[in-house]
Amino acid sequence: MTESWRQPRRLLMAALGALTVFYLLAPTLVIVPMSFTEARILSFPPEGFSLQWYERMFTDRQWSSGMVNSAQVAVLTAILATVLGTLAALGLTRGRFPGRSLVNAVALTPLIVPVVIIAIGMFSLFVQWRISGSLLGLVLAHTALALPFVIVNVGTSLRTMDRNLELAAANLGADPRRAFMRITLPIILPGVLAGAIFSFITSWDEVVVAIFLTSARFRTLPVEMWEQVRQVVDPTVAAVSTTLLVVTTVLLLLLLVVRRQAPVR
Amino acid sequence: MSTAAGPGDRPRPGLRILAANRWSILVLPAAVFLAVFFLAPLALMSLRSVTDPAGAGLSNYEKFFAQEAYLRVLTNTFWIAVISTVTCLVVGYPFAYLMTIVPGRVAGLLLIAVLLPFWSSLLVRTFAWQVILRDTGIINRFLIDLGLISEPLTLIRTTVGVILGMSHILLPFMVLPIYAVMRRIDPEFGRAAANLGASPASAFLRVFVPLSLPGVVAGCLLVFVLALGFYITPALLGGLRDQMISQLIVQQIQQRLDWGFGTAMSVLLMAITLVILFIASRAVRLRDVFGSAVED
Repeated sequence: MTESWRQPRRLLMAALGALTVFYLLAPTLVIVPMSFTEARILSFPPEGFSLQWYERMFTDRQWSSGMVNSAQVAVLTAILATVLGTLAALGLTRGRFPGRSLVNAVALTPLIVPVVIIAIGMFSLFVQWRISGSLLGLVLAHTALALPFVIVNVGTSLRTMDRNLELAAANLGADPRRAFMRITLPIILPGVLAGAIFSFITSWDEVVVAIFLTSARFRTLPVEMWEQVRQVVDPTVAAVSTTLLVVTTVLLLLLLVVRRQAPVR
Repeated sequence: MSTAAGPGDRPRPGLRILAANRWSILVLPAAVFLAVFFLAPLALMSLRSVTDPAGAGLSNYEKFFAQEAYLRVLTNTFWIAVISTVTCLVVGYPFAYLMTIVPGRVAGLLLIAVLLPFWSSLLVRTFAWQVILRDTGIINRFLIDLGLISEPLTLIRTTVGVILGMSHILLPFMVLPIYAVMRRIDPEFGRAAANLGASPASAFLRVFVPLSLPGVVAGCLLVFVLALGFYITPALLGGLRDQMISQLIVQQIQQRLDWGFGTAMSVLLMAITLVILFIASRAVRLRDVFGSAVED
Protein backbone atom coordinates (compact mmCIF):
# COMPACT_ATOMS: atom_id res chain seq x y z
CA MET A 1 0.00 0.00 0.00
CA THR A 2 2.94 2.33 0.35
CA GLU A 3 4.37 1.53 -3.07
CA SER A 4 5.01 5.12 -3.99
CA TRP A 5 7.41 5.70 -1.09
CA ARG A 6 9.38 2.62 -1.95
CA GLN A 7 12.97 3.28 -2.80
CA PRO A 8 14.80 1.17 -5.35
CA ARG A 9 17.60 0.44 -2.91
CA ARG A 10 15.75 -2.34 -1.16
CA LEU A 11 18.81 -4.41 -0.42
CA LEU A 12 20.49 -1.49 1.28
CA MET A 13 17.40 -0.92 3.41
CA ALA A 14 17.23 -4.59 4.36
CA ALA A 15 20.90 -4.62 5.36
CA LEU A 16 20.42 -1.44 7.35
CA GLY A 17 17.39 -2.95 9.08
CA ALA A 18 19.25 -6.13 9.94
CA LEU A 19 22.15 -4.15 11.36
CA THR A 20 19.84 -2.03 13.47
CA VAL A 21 18.02 -5.06 14.85
CA PHE A 22 21.44 -6.50 15.67
CA TYR A 23 22.42 -3.28 17.46
CA LEU A 24 19.13 -3.32 19.37
CA LEU A 25 19.22 -6.94 20.50
CA ALA A 26 22.70 -8.47 20.31
CA PRO A 27 24.56 -6.45 22.97
CA THR A 28 22.06 -7.42 25.65
CA LEU A 29 21.87 -11.04 24.54
CA VAL A 30 25.61 -11.70 24.93
CA ILE A 31 24.91 -11.93 28.64
CA VAL A 32 22.72 -15.01 28.28
CA PRO A 33 25.31 -17.60 27.10
CA MET A 34 27.85 -16.15 29.52
CA SER A 35 25.62 -17.06 32.45
CA PHE A 36 26.00 -20.77 31.65
CA THR A 37 29.80 -20.79 31.78
CA GLU A 38 31.84 -23.31 33.71
CA ALA A 39 34.63 -20.82 34.25
CA ARG A 40 34.91 -18.75 37.39
CA ILE A 41 35.14 -15.52 35.47
CA LEU A 42 32.90 -13.98 32.85
CA SER A 43 34.12 -14.93 29.42
CA PHE A 44 32.87 -14.94 25.89
CA PRO A 45 32.52 -17.38 24.30
CA PRO A 46 31.61 -19.22 27.51
CA GLU A 47 33.54 -22.33 28.48
CA GLY A 48 31.50 -25.50 28.83
CA PHE A 49 28.01 -25.58 30.25
CA SER A 50 26.97 -25.30 33.84
CA LEU A 51 24.03 -24.15 35.90
CA GLN A 52 26.19 -23.40 38.92
CA TRP A 53 25.67 -19.63 38.72
CA TYR A 54 21.91 -20.05 38.76
CA GLU A 55 22.26 -22.40 41.70
CA ARG A 56 24.37 -19.77 43.39
CA MET A 57 21.75 -17.12 42.68
CA PHE A 58 19.03 -19.18 44.30
CA THR A 59 21.08 -20.37 47.28
CA ASP A 60 23.16 -17.31 48.11
CA ARG A 61 21.27 -15.40 50.79
CA GLN A 62 21.83 -11.94 49.37
CA TRP A 63 20.85 -12.81 45.82
CA SER A 64 17.85 -14.91 46.77
CA SER A 65 16.47 -12.42 49.27
CA GLY A 66 16.99 -9.74 46.62
CA MET A 67 14.89 -11.75 44.23
CA VAL A 68 12.09 -12.24 46.75
CA ASN A 69 12.16 -8.54 47.66
CA SER A 70 12.07 -7.50 44.01
CA ALA A 71 9.12 -9.76 43.27
CA GLN A 72 7.20 -8.50 46.30
CA VAL A 73 7.81 -4.85 45.49
CA ALA A 74 6.89 -5.35 41.83
CA VAL A 75 3.64 -7.22 42.56
CA LEU A 76 2.49 -4.70 45.17
CA THR A 77 3.46 -1.81 42.89
CA ALA A 78 1.52 -3.33 40.00
CA ILE A 79 -1.59 -3.72 42.16
CA LEU A 80 -1.47 -0.26 43.70
CA ALA A 81 -0.57 1.54 40.47
CA THR A 82 -3.23 -0.30 38.47
CA VAL A 83 -6.01 0.52 40.94
CA LEU A 84 -5.02 4.17 41.34
CA GLY A 85 -4.21 4.61 37.65
CA THR A 86 -7.38 3.00 36.32
CA LEU A 87 -9.55 5.17 38.58
CA ALA A 88 -7.59 8.24 37.57
CA ALA A 89 -7.91 7.42 33.86
CA LEU A 90 -11.68 7.09 34.24
CA GLY A 91 -11.84 10.42 36.03
CA LEU A 92 -9.57 12.13 33.52
CA THR A 93 -11.33 10.92 30.38
CA ARG A 94 -14.91 11.20 31.62
CA GLY A 95 -14.83 13.76 34.39
CA ARG A 96 -15.20 17.49 33.92
CA PHE A 97 -13.53 19.54 36.60
CA PRO A 98 -11.32 22.60 36.87
CA GLY A 99 -7.61 21.83 36.66
CA ARG A 100 -8.14 18.65 34.66
CA SER A 101 -5.37 19.42 32.20
CA LEU A 102 -3.06 20.26 35.10
CA VAL A 103 -3.70 16.88 36.72
CA ASN A 104 -3.18 15.28 33.32
CA ALA A 105 0.21 16.96 33.00
CA VAL A 106 1.30 16.19 36.56
CA ALA A 107 0.32 12.54 36.11
CA LEU A 108 2.89 12.25 33.30
CA THR A 109 5.76 14.10 35.03
CA PRO A 110 7.23 11.00 36.75
CA LEU A 111 8.27 9.97 33.22
CA ILE A 112 10.09 13.22 32.57
CA VAL A 113 11.82 14.32 35.75
CA PRO A 114 15.30 12.74 35.87
CA VAL A 115 15.08 9.72 38.08
CA VAL A 116 18.08 10.70 40.20
CA ILE A 117 16.20 13.82 41.27
CA ILE A 118 13.09 11.82 42.13
CA ALA A 119 15.25 9.41 44.12
CA ILE A 120 16.92 12.15 46.13
CA GLY A 121 13.65 13.97 46.82
CA MET A 122 11.92 10.81 47.99
CA PHE A 123 14.88 9.67 50.04
CA SER A 124 15.08 13.00 51.83
CA LEU A 125 11.41 12.87 52.81
CA PHE A 126 11.01 9.13 53.36
CA VAL A 127 13.87 9.15 55.86
CA GLN A 128 11.93 11.65 57.94
CA TRP A 129 8.81 9.50 57.64
CA ARG A 130 10.86 6.45 58.63
CA ILE A 131 9.79 4.48 55.56
CA SER A 132 13.14 4.57 53.78
CA GLY A 133 14.78 1.16 53.54
CA SER A 134 11.44 -0.60 53.81
CA LEU A 135 9.13 -2.51 51.50
CA LEU A 136 6.41 0.11 51.99
CA GLY A 137 8.64 3.03 51.02
CA LEU A 138 9.87 1.40 47.83
CA VAL A 139 6.36 0.30 46.79
CA LEU A 140 5.08 3.86 47.22
CA ALA A 141 8.01 5.25 45.23
CA HIS A 142 7.66 2.72 42.40
CA THR A 143 3.91 3.29 42.27
CA ALA A 144 4.52 6.98 41.55
CA LEU A 145 6.90 5.98 38.72
CA ALA A 146 4.47 3.42 37.31
CA LEU A 147 1.25 5.48 37.45
CA PRO A 148 1.77 7.25 34.10
CA PHE A 149 1.91 3.93 32.26
CA VAL A 150 -1.43 2.84 33.69
CA ILE A 151 -3.10 6.20 33.13
CA VAL A 152 -1.95 6.43 29.51
CA ASN A 153 -2.87 2.85 28.60
CA VAL A 154 -6.25 2.77 30.30
CA GLY A 155 -6.94 6.29 29.03
CA THR A 156 -6.34 5.17 25.44
CA SER A 157 -8.66 2.19 25.89
CA LEU A 158 -11.35 4.48 27.26
CA ARG A 159 -11.02 7.07 24.52
CA THR A 160 -11.12 4.53 21.72
CA MET A 161 -14.05 2.49 23.06
CA ASP A 162 -17.52 2.97 21.67
CA ARG A 163 -19.66 4.48 24.37
CA ASN A 164 -22.80 3.58 22.46
CA LEU A 165 -22.32 0.12 23.95
CA GLU A 166 -22.86 1.56 27.42
CA LEU A 167 -25.82 3.50 26.13
CA ALA A 168 -27.27 0.29 24.73
CA ALA A 169 -26.77 -1.46 28.07
CA ALA A 170 -28.49 1.43 29.83
CA ASN A 171 -31.37 1.33 27.38
CA LEU A 172 -31.72 -2.38 27.99
CA GLY A 173 -32.18 -1.63 31.68
CA ALA A 174 -28.71 -2.05 33.18
CA ASP A 175 -27.99 0.37 36.00
CA PRO A 176 -24.75 2.37 35.63
CA ARG A 177 -22.76 0.09 37.89
CA ARG A 178 -23.86 -3.00 36.07
CA ALA A 179 -23.22 -1.37 32.71
CA PHE A 180 -19.72 -0.49 33.87
CA MET A 181 -18.90 -3.94 35.23
CA ARG A 182 -20.41 -5.88 32.34
CA ILE A 183 -19.60 -3.63 29.39
CA THR A 184 -16.94 -1.01 30.10
CA LEU A 185 -14.56 -3.02 32.24
CA PRO A 186 -14.26 -6.00 29.85
CA ILE A 187 -13.63 -3.60 26.97
CA ILE A 188 -10.87 -1.67 28.72
CA LEU A 189 -9.42 -4.77 30.40
CA PRO A 190 -6.55 -5.15 27.88
CA GLY A 191 -5.52 -1.57 28.65
CA VAL A 192 -5.73 -2.25 32.37
CA LEU A 193 -3.66 -5.42 32.02
CA ALA A 194 -1.10 -3.59 29.90
CA GLY A 195 -0.87 -0.97 32.64
CA ALA A 196 -0.41 -3.67 35.28
CA ILE A 197 2.32 -5.42 33.29
CA PHE A 198 4.15 -2.16 32.55
CA SER A 199 3.93 -1.27 36.26
CA PHE A 200 5.38 -4.61 37.26
CA ILE A 201 8.26 -4.26 34.80
CA THR A 202 8.90 -0.64 35.82
CA SER A 203 9.37 -1.74 39.41
CA TRP A 204 11.15 -5.01 38.62
CA ASP A 205 13.88 -3.25 36.61
CA GLU A 206 14.08 0.00 38.56
CA VAL A 207 17.46 0.67 40.13
CA VAL A 208 18.16 4.35 40.80
CA VAL A 209 15.33 5.10 43.23
CA ALA A 210 15.88 1.68 44.75
CA ILE A 211 19.57 2.45 45.38
CA PHE A 212 18.48 5.31 47.63
CA LEU A 213 15.42 3.73 49.23
CA THR A 214 16.88 0.33 50.11
CA SER A 215 19.28 -0.61 52.87
CA ALA A 216 21.79 -3.38 53.47
CA ARG A 217 18.97 -5.35 55.11
CA PHE A 218 16.40 -4.75 52.41
CA ARG A 219 17.74 -4.84 48.87
CA THR A 220 16.17 -5.58 45.52
CA LEU A 221 17.81 -7.66 42.81
CA PRO A 222 18.89 -4.70 40.62
CA VAL A 223 20.42 -2.92 43.64
CA GLU A 224 22.32 -6.06 44.64
CA MET A 225 23.52 -6.26 41.04
CA TRP A 226 24.52 -2.57 41.06
CA GLU A 227 26.62 -3.17 44.18
CA GLN A 228 28.33 -6.12 42.48
CA VAL A 229 29.04 -4.76 38.99
CA ARG A 230 31.17 -2.00 40.41
CA GLN A 231 33.43 -4.50 42.14
CA VAL A 232 34.56 -7.97 41.15
CA VAL A 233 32.13 -9.53 38.76
CA ASP A 234 31.55 -13.26 38.90
CA PRO A 235 29.19 -14.97 36.44
CA THR A 236 26.35 -14.88 38.98
CA VAL A 237 25.72 -11.35 37.76
CA ALA A 238 25.16 -12.76 34.28
CA ALA A 239 22.70 -15.29 35.68
CA VAL A 240 20.87 -12.52 37.53
CA SER A 241 20.82 -10.38 34.37
CA THR A 242 19.40 -13.26 32.38
CA THR A 243 16.72 -13.79 35.02
CA LEU A 244 15.76 -10.11 34.94
CA LEU A 245 15.60 -10.21 31.13
CA VAL A 246 13.58 -13.42 30.97
CA VAL A 247 10.92 -12.14 33.38
CA THR A 248 10.53 -8.90 31.43
CA THR A 249 10.44 -10.65 28.07
CA VAL A 250 7.88 -13.23 29.14
CA LEU A 251 5.61 -10.49 30.49
CA LEU A 252 5.91 -8.46 27.29
CA LEU A 253 5.07 -11.44 25.12
CA LEU A 254 2.11 -12.13 27.40
CA LEU A 255 1.04 -8.57 26.82
CA LEU A 256 1.19 -9.04 23.05
CA VAL A 257 -1.08 -12.07 23.38
CA VAL A 258 -3.52 -10.10 25.53
CA ARG A 259 -3.55 -7.29 22.99
CA ARG A 260 -4.22 -9.64 20.13
CA GLN A 261 -7.25 -11.04 21.90
CA ALA A 262 -8.61 -7.63 22.81
CA PRO A 263 -12.38 -7.76 22.20
CA VAL A 264 -12.67 -4.20 20.93
CA ARG A 265 -9.86 -2.05 19.69
CA MET B 1 -1.62 6.15 20.00
CA SER B 2 -3.01 9.07 21.90
CA THR B 3 -4.81 10.89 19.17
CA ALA B 4 -7.36 13.65 19.29
CA ALA B 5 -10.27 13.31 21.66
CA GLY B 6 -12.56 10.46 20.69
CA PRO B 7 -16.31 10.44 20.67
CA GLY B 8 -16.32 9.13 24.22
CA ASP B 9 -14.97 12.40 25.50
CA ARG B 10 -18.21 14.26 25.60
CA PRO B 11 -21.09 12.83 27.62
CA ARG B 12 -24.01 12.16 25.34
CA PRO B 13 -27.43 13.54 26.12
CA GLY B 14 -28.89 10.10 26.74
CA LEU B 15 -26.15 9.14 29.14
CA ARG B 16 -27.02 11.46 32.00
CA ILE B 17 -26.65 8.68 34.53
CA LEU B 18 -22.97 8.38 33.76
CA ALA B 19 -22.49 12.10 33.23
CA ALA B 20 -19.44 14.13 34.08
CA ASN B 21 -18.97 15.13 37.65
CA ARG B 22 -19.50 11.77 39.24
CA TRP B 23 -16.50 10.50 37.29
CA SER B 24 -14.28 13.38 38.37
CA ILE B 25 -13.92 12.15 41.93
CA LEU B 26 -12.10 9.03 40.70
CA VAL B 27 -9.04 11.18 39.98
CA LEU B 28 -8.73 12.07 43.64
CA PRO B 29 -6.85 9.01 45.00
CA ALA B 30 -4.13 9.19 42.36
CA ALA B 31 -3.93 12.98 42.60
CA VAL B 32 -3.50 12.86 46.38
CA PHE B 33 -1.01 10.01 46.03
CA LEU B 34 1.15 11.93 43.56
CA ALA B 35 0.90 15.11 45.61
CA VAL B 36 2.12 13.38 48.77
CA PHE B 37 4.64 10.89 47.43
CA PHE B 38 5.90 12.63 44.30
CA LEU B 39 5.33 16.39 44.32
CA ALA B 40 5.97 16.90 48.03
CA PRO B 41 9.41 15.23 47.87
CA LEU B 42 10.36 17.40 44.89
CA ALA B 43 9.06 20.55 46.59
CA LEU B 44 10.86 19.84 49.85
CA MET B 45 14.01 19.02 47.94
CA SER B 46 13.82 22.40 46.20
CA LEU B 47 13.33 24.07 49.56
CA ARG B 48 16.34 22.28 50.94
CA SER B 49 18.56 23.76 48.23
CA VAL B 50 18.10 27.23 49.79
CA THR B 51 17.92 26.23 53.47
CA ASP B 52 20.74 23.70 53.84
CA PRO B 53 23.02 24.74 55.51
CA ALA B 54 20.83 27.06 57.57
CA GLY B 55 20.40 30.43 55.91
CA ALA B 56 22.02 29.21 52.71
CA GLY B 57 19.94 31.40 50.45
CA LEU B 58 21.32 31.20 46.94
CA SER B 59 24.85 30.32 48.05
CA ASN B 60 24.54 26.72 46.83
CA TYR B 61 23.68 27.97 43.38
CA GLU B 62 26.46 30.55 43.46
CA LYS B 63 28.89 27.78 44.34
CA PHE B 64 27.88 25.88 41.22
CA PHE B 65 28.28 28.78 38.84
CA ALA B 66 31.51 29.98 40.45
CA GLN B 67 33.39 26.73 39.84
CA GLU B 68 34.56 25.99 36.36
CA ALA B 69 34.79 22.27 37.16
CA TYR B 70 31.05 22.08 37.88
CA LEU B 71 30.12 24.04 34.79
CA ARG B 72 32.26 21.68 32.75
CA VAL B 73 30.17 18.77 33.99
CA LEU B 74 27.06 20.60 32.84
CA THR B 75 28.43 21.34 29.35
CA ASN B 76 29.70 17.78 29.13
CA THR B 77 26.22 16.51 30.00
CA PHE B 78 24.77 18.65 27.22
CA TRP B 79 27.29 17.40 24.68
CA ILE B 80 26.78 13.76 25.50
CA ALA B 81 23.03 14.30 25.27
CA VAL B 82 23.37 16.06 21.91
CA ILE B 83 25.64 13.39 20.42
CA SER B 84 23.43 10.57 21.70
CA THR B 85 20.37 12.28 20.21
CA VAL B 86 22.03 12.72 16.82
CA THR B 87 23.25 9.12 16.84
CA CYS B 88 19.77 7.85 17.67
CA LEU B 89 18.25 9.97 14.92
CA VAL B 90 20.72 8.79 12.29
CA VAL B 91 20.13 5.13 13.19
CA GLY B 92 16.48 5.42 14.15
CA TYR B 93 14.99 7.40 11.26
CA PRO B 94 15.82 4.90 8.48
CA PHE B 95 14.71 2.07 10.74
CA ALA B 96 11.34 3.70 11.48
CA TYR B 97 10.94 4.29 7.75
CA LEU B 98 11.75 0.66 7.06
CA MET B 99 9.04 -0.35 9.53
CA THR B 100 6.46 1.56 7.49
CA ILE B 101 7.33 0.04 4.13
CA VAL B 102 7.69 -3.64 5.02
CA PRO B 103 4.67 -5.99 5.13
CA GLY B 104 2.66 -5.87 8.34
CA ARG B 105 4.00 -9.14 9.73
CA VAL B 106 7.62 -8.04 9.37
CA ALA B 107 6.77 -4.64 10.80
CA GLY B 108 5.33 -6.42 13.84
CA LEU B 109 8.58 -8.32 14.35
CA LEU B 110 10.63 -5.16 13.96
CA LEU B 111 8.39 -3.49 16.52
CA ILE B 112 9.07 -6.33 18.95
CA ALA B 113 12.80 -5.83 18.32
CA VAL B 114 12.32 -2.24 19.46
CA LEU B 115 10.00 -2.95 22.39
CA LEU B 116 12.04 -5.75 23.97
CA PRO B 117 15.12 -3.61 24.63
CA PHE B 118 12.85 -0.67 25.47
CA TRP B 119 11.43 -2.59 28.41
CA SER B 120 14.61 -4.46 29.40
CA SER B 121 16.53 -3.44 32.46
CA LEU B 122 18.76 -0.45 31.82
CA LEU B 123 21.26 -1.80 34.32
CA VAL B 124 21.47 -5.16 32.54
CA ARG B 125 21.95 -3.47 29.19
CA THR B 126 24.68 -1.23 30.58
CA PHE B 127 26.34 -4.21 32.21
CA ALA B 128 26.30 -5.96 28.86
CA TRP B 129 28.14 -3.03 27.29
CA GLN B 130 30.64 -3.17 30.11
CA VAL B 131 31.30 -6.81 29.29
CA ILE B 132 31.61 -6.00 25.59
CA LEU B 133 33.86 -2.96 25.88
CA ARG B 134 36.24 -3.72 28.73
CA ASP B 135 39.91 -4.50 28.16
CA THR B 136 39.31 -8.25 28.37
CA GLY B 137 35.91 -7.82 26.73
CA ILE B 138 34.41 -9.29 23.60
CA ILE B 139 35.60 -6.64 21.15
CA ASN B 140 39.19 -6.61 22.38
CA ARG B 141 39.42 -10.41 22.60
CA PHE B 142 38.07 -10.67 19.08
CA LEU B 143 40.47 -8.11 17.61
CA ILE B 144 43.45 -9.64 19.44
CA ASP B 145 42.51 -13.14 18.27
CA LEU B 146 42.37 -11.85 14.72
CA GLY B 147 45.82 -10.39 15.21
CA LEU B 148 44.65 -6.90 14.32
CA ILE B 149 45.84 -5.44 17.60
CA SER B 150 48.28 -6.63 20.25
CA GLU B 151 47.31 -4.33 23.09
CA PRO B 152 43.65 -3.95 24.06
CA LEU B 153 41.99 -0.76 22.89
CA THR B 154 40.69 1.48 25.64
CA LEU B 155 36.95 1.40 25.03
CA ILE B 156 35.57 1.41 28.52
CA ARG B 157 35.80 4.51 30.70
CA THR B 158 35.75 6.63 27.55
CA THR B 159 33.28 9.05 26.03
CA VAL B 160 32.83 6.69 23.10
CA GLY B 161 31.74 3.95 25.50
CA VAL B 162 29.18 6.22 27.16
CA ILE B 163 27.75 7.31 23.83
CA LEU B 164 27.59 3.77 22.47
CA GLY B 165 25.74 2.58 25.55
CA MET B 166 23.42 5.55 25.81
CA SER B 167 22.50 5.55 22.13
CA HIS B 168 21.76 1.85 22.37
CA ILE B 169 19.51 2.36 25.38
CA LEU B 170 17.76 5.45 23.99
CA LEU B 171 17.24 4.27 20.40
CA PRO B 172 13.71 2.90 21.02
CA PHE B 173 12.66 6.31 22.37
CA MET B 174 13.62 7.76 18.99
CA VAL B 175 12.11 5.04 16.80
CA LEU B 176 8.70 4.82 18.49
CA PRO B 177 7.54 8.44 18.10
CA ILE B 178 8.90 8.67 14.55
CA TYR B 179 7.21 5.41 13.58
CA ALA B 180 3.95 6.58 15.18
CA VAL B 181 3.92 9.65 12.92
CA MET B 182 5.21 7.91 9.79
CA ARG B 183 2.57 5.23 9.75
CA ARG B 184 -0.17 7.83 9.80
CA ILE B 185 1.17 9.50 6.66
CA ASP B 186 -1.28 8.90 3.87
CA PRO B 187 0.41 7.04 0.98
CA GLU B 188 -1.88 9.00 -1.36
CA PHE B 189 0.41 11.99 -0.89
CA GLY B 190 3.26 10.00 -2.35
CA ARG B 191 1.16 8.85 -5.26
CA ALA B 192 0.04 12.40 -5.87
CA ALA B 193 3.67 13.56 -5.92
CA ALA B 194 4.58 10.78 -8.34
CA ASN B 195 1.64 11.64 -10.58
CA LEU B 196 2.78 15.22 -10.63
CA GLY B 197 6.12 14.02 -11.93
CA ALA B 198 8.25 13.79 -8.81
CA SER B 199 10.94 11.13 -8.80
CA PRO B 200 10.75 8.65 -5.89
CA ALA B 201 13.71 10.36 -4.23
CA SER B 202 12.25 13.82 -4.54
CA ALA B 203 8.80 12.62 -3.43
CA PHE B 204 10.48 11.13 -0.38
CA LEU B 205 12.53 14.20 0.42
CA ARG B 206 9.93 16.85 -0.33
CA VAL B 207 6.74 15.13 0.80
CA PHE B 208 7.44 12.24 3.15
CA VAL B 209 10.28 13.73 5.20
CA PRO B 210 8.48 17.02 5.97
CA LEU B 211 5.37 15.09 6.99
CA SER B 212 7.44 12.94 9.34
CA LEU B 213 9.04 15.93 11.08
CA PRO B 214 6.64 16.04 14.06
CA GLY B 215 7.82 12.54 14.92
CA VAL B 216 11.44 13.57 14.54
CA VAL B 217 10.96 16.55 16.84
CA ALA B 218 9.17 14.37 19.39
CA GLY B 219 11.82 11.65 19.26
CA CYS B 220 14.75 14.06 19.54
CA LEU B 221 13.10 15.87 22.41
CA LEU B 222 12.42 12.67 24.30
CA VAL B 223 15.91 11.26 23.80
CA PHE B 224 17.62 14.54 24.64
CA VAL B 225 15.66 15.15 27.83
CA LEU B 226 16.12 11.57 29.01
CA ALA B 227 19.83 11.66 28.16
CA LEU B 228 20.35 14.76 30.32
CA GLY B 229 19.35 12.76 33.41
CA PHE B 230 21.33 9.58 32.75
CA TYR B 231 23.18 8.17 35.74
CA ILE B 232 23.77 4.41 35.61
CA THR B 233 25.25 4.26 32.11
CA PRO B 234 27.86 7.03 32.42
CA ALA B 235 28.72 5.75 35.90
CA LEU B 236 29.56 2.28 34.58
CA LEU B 237 30.89 3.07 31.10
CA GLY B 238 32.42 6.53 31.46
CA GLY B 239 35.70 7.76 32.87
CA LEU B 240 36.21 10.57 35.34
CA ARG B 241 36.20 13.14 32.55
CA ASP B 242 32.86 11.91 31.24
CA GLN B 243 31.06 12.70 34.46
CA MET B 244 27.47 13.79 33.91
CA ILE B 245 25.41 16.04 36.14
CA SER B 246 23.44 13.19 37.73
CA GLN B 247 26.67 11.54 38.85
CA LEU B 248 27.85 14.81 40.37
CA ILE B 249 24.56 15.14 42.24
CA VAL B 250 24.74 11.61 43.65
CA GLN B 251 28.39 12.08 44.56
CA GLN B 252 27.66 15.26 46.50
CA ILE B 253 24.81 13.67 48.40
CA GLN B 254 26.06 10.12 48.96
CA GLN B 255 29.75 10.75 49.52
CA ARG B 256 30.09 14.38 50.59
CA LEU B 257 26.70 14.46 52.34
CA ASP B 258 26.38 17.98 50.96
CA TRP B 259 22.61 18.02 50.66
CA GLY B 260 22.37 21.74 50.02
CA PHE B 261 24.66 21.66 47.00
CA GLY B 262 23.30 18.33 45.72
CA THR B 263 19.70 19.50 45.86
CA ALA B 264 20.63 22.85 44.26
CA MET B 265 22.06 21.01 41.26
CA SER B 266 18.98 18.78 41.19
CA VAL B 267 16.78 21.87 41.01
CA LEU B 268 18.94 23.19 38.15
CA LEU B 269 18.67 19.93 36.21
CA MET B 270 14.93 19.78 36.83
CA ALA B 271 14.53 23.41 35.73
CA ILE B 272 16.53 22.82 32.55
CA THR B 273 14.41 19.76 31.74
CA LEU B 274 11.12 21.55 32.36
CA VAL B 275 12.15 24.65 30.39
CA ILE B 276 13.09 22.53 27.38
CA LEU B 277 9.78 20.71 27.58
CA PHE B 278 7.89 23.96 28.01
CA ILE B 279 9.46 25.45 24.91
CA ALA B 280 8.86 22.22 23.05
CA SER B 281 5.23 22.06 24.15
CA ARG B 282 4.57 25.00 21.84
CA ALA B 283 5.74 22.91 18.89
CA VAL B 284 4.46 19.42 19.69
CA ARG B 285 1.82 17.94 21.95
CA LEU B 286 3.74 16.48 24.88
CA ARG B 287 1.07 13.88 25.41
CA ASP B 288 1.85 12.55 21.95
CA VAL B 289 5.58 12.51 22.70
CA PHE B 290 5.28 10.48 25.86
CA GLY B 291 2.16 8.65 24.82
CA SER B 292 3.92 7.10 21.85
CA ALA B 293 6.69 5.89 24.12
CA VAL B 294 4.53 4.06 26.60
CA GLU B 295 1.93 2.40 24.42
CA ASP B 296 2.49 0.37 21.32
